[in-house]
Amino acid sequence: MIELKEIEKLEELSRIEMTLDEKKELQKDFESILDYVSEIQGVVTDLNDSSKQPLDPLHNVMREDNNANEEGLYTDRILKSAPKNEKGYIKVKKIL
Amino acid sequence: MDIEKLTIKTAHEHLKNKDFSSVDLTESFLQNAVEKNKDINAYVEIFDDCKKQAELADKVISEGKEISSLTGIPLAIKDNILIEGKSATSCSKILNGYIATYDATVIEKLKATNAVFLGRANMDEFAMGGSTETSCYGPTKNPHDLTRVPGGSSGGSASAVAMNGALAALGSDTGGSIRQPGSFCGVVGLKPTYGAVSRFGVMAMASSLDQVGPIAKTVEDAELLFEAIRGYDSKDSMSTNAEVEKVYKRESKEKYTIGVPADFVYAEGVDQGVLDNFKASLEKLKNLGHKVKEISLPNLKYSLAVYYIIMPAEASTNLARFDGVRFGLLKESDTLFSDYAKTRGFGFGKEVRRRVMLGAYVLSSGYYDAYYNKAVAVRNIIKSDFKKAFEDVDIIATPTSPIPAFKIGEKSADPLQMYLADIFTVPANLAGIPAMSVPSGFLEKEGKNLPLGMQFLAPHFQEKTLFAIGKDLEVQNK
Repeated sequence: MIELKEIEKLEELSRIEMTLDEKKELQKDFESILDYVSEIQGVVTDLNDSSKQPLDPLHNVMREDNNANEEGLYTDRILKSAPKNEKGYIKVKKIL
Repeated sequence: MDIEKLTIKTAHEHLKNKDFSSVDLTESFLQNAVEKNKDINAYVEIFDDCKKQAELADKVISEGKEISSLTGIPLAIKDNILIEGKSATSCSKILNGYIATYDATVIEKLKATNAVFLGRANMDEFAMGGSTETSCYGPTKNPHDLTRVPGGSSGGSASAVAMNGALAALGSDTGGSIRQPGSFCGVVGLKPTYGAVSRFGVMAMASSLDQVGPIAKTVEDAELLFEAIRGYDSKDSMSTNAEVEKVYKRESKEKYTIGVPADFVYAEGVDQGVLDNFKASLEKLKNLGHKVKEISLPNLKYSLAVYYIIMPAEASTNLARFDGVRFGLLKESDTLFSDYAKTRGFGFGKEVRRRVMLGAYVLSSGYYDAYYNKAVAVRNIIKSDFKKAFEDVDIIATPTSPIPAFKIGEKSADPLQMYLADIFTVPANLAGIPAMSVPSGFLEKEGKNLPLGMQFLAPHFQEKTLFAIGKDLEVQNK
């Protein structure tokens, strides 16, 4: 059983404000979802087992840092999508 | 002009022969789209510049140059795909008012063919759902029965095509979001191989699973649209390089061996009518000379559990960018932190909140190994299962969905019940292989004929195999 305290921790981690009723509802949903997805626990017992490693290991995809956009080409358009901007910057509340 | 009978292929011939213009074609579809949309709500916006786009296509056609099969063809575009200068919201309140600042690569490619974009298609919020009920614009209805869902998350795209409100549409598929609505609405839906189509400019949900693909009336049309949007793109780092082109161009065989994962397909919870239809479809394919073989994919049954760990983990990360600072909506409070929390609390709907929280849970320290890392390991086992299976068979077949279209509201109260409807579609995303849903007939429920779909899966980059077998089934059903 997942505790309400844990749901509140997730609320904070996810930066999503919720009502108490919704948190209680989520507590219930989490129980059935986690119970269902936990069926994989027994399939793999040793995470270091080499037969469980990927067939196609991931690799980094790199590119040269060239062909940059002309400076300022998209600035206005992108700033316009931000709810608040000032003098060519996106504006947020002070943090410190 | 009989728009019900038109396909991309036949409309293209008519355009070339100047039987009608793209303006005529576009206006016929628009008129029907506006009319049908009142009941069906497939479109959340119909663009005001369709005629201008069609005029441009007509100009290209009149110049007598070689034209693409997509030139002048009216399409619906899912609301998570960016078209410069147009609103794009993923049907979420949090992106209310957002105007795309650039074109997605798939849009750029389609613009180069002078295809016509009719409007933005409805979807589950951020593509999270299997019914198009979580859209902030209200649910889309199934054109075959207005009391039922069209499937999801690309339910608007599939309905737009099924109601003859567009000749074809683009959707996105993370766990079945093109194929399942395709099957519920009686149209073809293709999830291409992971990496075959660029996702640049498509709002990300789960980056290791997402693909963009076509929804169309016929397999041939799906193939034409897929051909127009596929290809390497340096702006999507998971896009594939030239090496794969060789695999894709491999000659297709005449007769295939079709594998059926029997213990997975004939399991509990699959509607008897769906199973009967599936068996009948297999018989039809056998009659054409294809072989059907029972195969074992022993770990396939864990796909859904793996998916509902990996997908929310990636979604919670991807959706961190919606914070009230850079795009769309801002709900102000007294600190920056509470600005984030208020904006996201107000802007995200219930299912999105649930998945972001679930993602945060499986990624949090203490649970990371038990959930996320184990899911990744089991995903690798499922991939090897597929690899082994494809040593014996060319194609794997399953029903697309265990049930036909369900009633609006029937599953929205119980998230797990909704998730279970993805059982057959999720494995292809986990393995990165291409899969396509092809209409396979109808099932009568409460006096209405509900469409069903058969799903075909093929090895990486063998979309051609899917098109070949899909056309065979299509011919049998005509």
